[in-house]
Amino acid sequence: MSVATKQAARELQEHPSAPLLRMERIPHVWCPSCGIGTVVKCYATALERSGVDLDKVSVVSGIGCSGRVAGYMKLDAFHATHGRAIPFATGLKLGRPELLVTVISGDGDLVGIGGNHFIHAARRNMDILVILINNFIYGMTGGQNAPTTPISAKSSTMPFGNFEEPFSLPHLAASSGAPYVARWTCLHIRRLTWAIEEAIQRKGFRFIEVIAPCPTLYSRLNKLGTGLGEMRFYHDNAEIKHGCDTKELDIGFHEKIICGKFVDEERPSFLERMDSHYREVLGDKFVPMGPDGGMIHE
Amino acid sequence: MKADPAGVLTGAHFLDGDFACGEGAMAAGCRFVAGYPITPSTEVVERISRRFPTMGGTFIQMEDELASMAAVVGGSWTGSKTMTVTSGPGFSLMMENIGLAAMMETPCVVVNVQRGGPSTGLPTMVGQADVMQARWGSHGDYEVIAMSPQSPQEAFDLTIDAFNLAERYRVPVMFMMDECVGHMTEKVVIPEADEIEVVPRQLTKKSPEEYFPYDLNGGQLPEFARAGDGYRFHTTGLTHDEKGYPVMSVECQEACVRRLVEKIRDNADDIVRFEEEGIDGADVVVVAYGITARVARMAIEVARNEGIKVGFMRLIVLWPFPEKRIRELAGKVKAFVVPEINYGQMVLEVERCAAGKAAAWLVPHGGGNVHDPETIVETIMKAAK
Amino acid sequence: MRYWRQPLDADRVEVPRGEVIIIADRCKGCGFCVEYCPCEVLEMSEEFNCKGYHPPLVVKSGECVNCNLCEMICPEFAIFTVAQTGAPPAGSQDEVTA
Repeated sequence: MSVATKQAARELQEHPSAPLLRMERIPHVWCPSCGIGTVVKCYATALERSGVDLDKVSVVSGIGCSGRVAGYMKLDAFHATHGRAIPFATGLKLGRPELLVTVISGDGDLVGIGGNHFIHAARRNMDILVILINNFIYGMTGGQNAPTTPISAKSSTMPFGNFEEPFSLPHLAASSGAPYVARWTCLHIRRLTWAIEEAIQRKGFRFIEVIAPCPTLYSRLNKLGTGLGEMRFYHDNAEIKHGCDTKELDIGFHEKIICGKFVDEERPSFLERMDSHYREVLGDKFVPMGPDGGMIHE
Repeated sequence: MKADPAGVLTGAHFLDGDFACGEGAMAAGCRFVAGYPITPSTEVVERISRRFPTMGGTFIQMEDELASMAAVVGGSWTGSKTMTVTSGPGFSLMMENIGLAAMMETPCVVVNVQRGGPSTGLPTMVGQADVMQARWGSHGDYEVIAMSPQSPQEAFDLTIDAFNLAERYRVPVMFMMDECVGHMTEKVVIPEADEIEVVPRQLTKKSPEEYFPYDLNGGQLPEFARAGDGYRFHTTGLTHDEKGYPVMSVECQEACVRRLVEKIRDNADDIVRFEEEGIDGADVVVVAYGITARVARMAIEVARNEGIKVGFMRLIVLWPFPEKRIRELAGKVKAFVVPEINYGQMVLEVERCAAGKAAAWLVPHGGGNVHDPETIVETIMKAAK
Repeated sequence: MRYWRQPLDADRVEVPRGEVIIIADRCKGCGFCVEYCPCEVLEMSEEFNCKGYHPPLVVKSGECVNCNLCEMICPEFAIFTVAQTGAPPAGSQDEVTA
């Protein structure tokens, strides 16, 4: 955070992230000790530090608690339909290639109903940054079982405990072809901010999973205390293993969580491949869509 | 504004309806298309995928129709004109995001080359059974515009009109072709680019500080801002206020939704389009659209030779429905005869507007083929009695 | 902060000094800042804010080292730190054991 921003913050007695937030809507709707606000803070800090043109940043969220992120960020923000944040973001990116498009949404939204879009965007190495906030449950609708809910965890639709095998999200992303895959928890604020900053500089499908507490549903239904209890759990049980094989990243119920950066490769992104392919095949006849996009101005 | 010459394939061509529709989109300035293959619509995007890289357009085949429609809505927010193409089963899948486009007031065009339904139905054969779905397909209250071409030439011309209407009213436009027109090859004349009038994306002139995404400024339509121009707006599928923020109140719902419906209903006179022939003094008026209109003309000729005074009304814009005209005609004629390749969809609208003053006779057809003109003649005879 | 011995460069390093600013009415009493402040500068107060939560309170004002952890971890954007220049270095009351 720059000194100038901080001085201004002290003078106005306003939080230094305020320029990136829709302050007229703060305090936000998230529960006390929910981790989503922390992820938004880390994202806002990373954006500011990275020096990108904030006018060219777009945020797309789906439906759910994490889906409300778009509503609080002072960027071009889109609150799309359930599970369709990734294809919506694809449309934004392909319609105006100079945009930095970020998808911030939840586990149920992005890999439940949105699972198909997730794997295809990773396969294509579509140029979007995806921050998935994983609270292991469908929070906003009252605590239903999610594709990430660990075995034996209780939820409102699996009241006797979950018996379905959950996804290991970094494994899903990496095996679908994502070139940048990382997992952090809400406690790892500095590493998470650094990971987002790093991902902003990369191209292609960057995927960061953030484990977040859900005090009102997941923690309550499973008697794990408040969000602070969850953060204490992350403190004692999160292990950093950069480069770990993504096959070993399963999360059991209230068990060890392996965090770190697992995949960081150079791979041509969708737009780069499209460009170079058409150039090769069509030569001079190829007219690329400019960075300003497909709009025909008067 | 005149069309961008890069997208206009001027000349006289021998094209099928699908290809002509694709050419119409390119002439209208569409430069982003996301689609998913489905018979009988695939040729539209096949043509576009071949031509787009030579004119600065991007085509992507998405993983399913839901993704296609979501990408079309997202792409439109960059200021690009966007389109997707599909048929019955894909149309059903796209409905949620069509609702999103309607709620967010995103201009875009959805082409449905109708086939026999329901469900997988008759993939390679004609139907016209999606016309009600075009109007009511997504949940909630909203209004869209739907058009129906009867020839490959119209598939070209009306696609350009569809894009223009989408821009003018900030609404998704359903382009309801049918498989017969889509797969029929005829002469299509594409004029010079400077003879084609296109409505460009209207951007707000306000500064980012003054701009709200759904501010009406005393009018009926909000002003558009592109993502990436520094306006930092928020838009959502939730019921929202003029700032684009979700507000869960009865007043906001009333304000938000009533306007979505009224912006089309209040301007119906400017949007409605139909063609009439021989209406004056007619006892029976045949109302038809799409490929059925061409079959109906033959039936009308036969009926006229039998001495029946038959008029013809061809619907070009299906929604909003030409209520005024039908109400007017209902007082003057004995009956309407509505042949359509379904078991009764637009006939319901005709009957509703006729309000008992004239009868409404349906000539149904399950799909797979066009009507046998004899069946239409029979019904005209019955209606004339 | 507790040290197990005096750092070797203690006389050369200037420990930054920070001021904690709390926007009390935004706080939802989650306790993250109190739990994770490395200098134990904060405690949950007995006061109520306008929504009925207990916001944090600075109890060791000379000891904030402007690490920003509270600012980063607070989900409510209710607390942040600002550098204080020209003030005595923080931690002058640090305990050194053995």
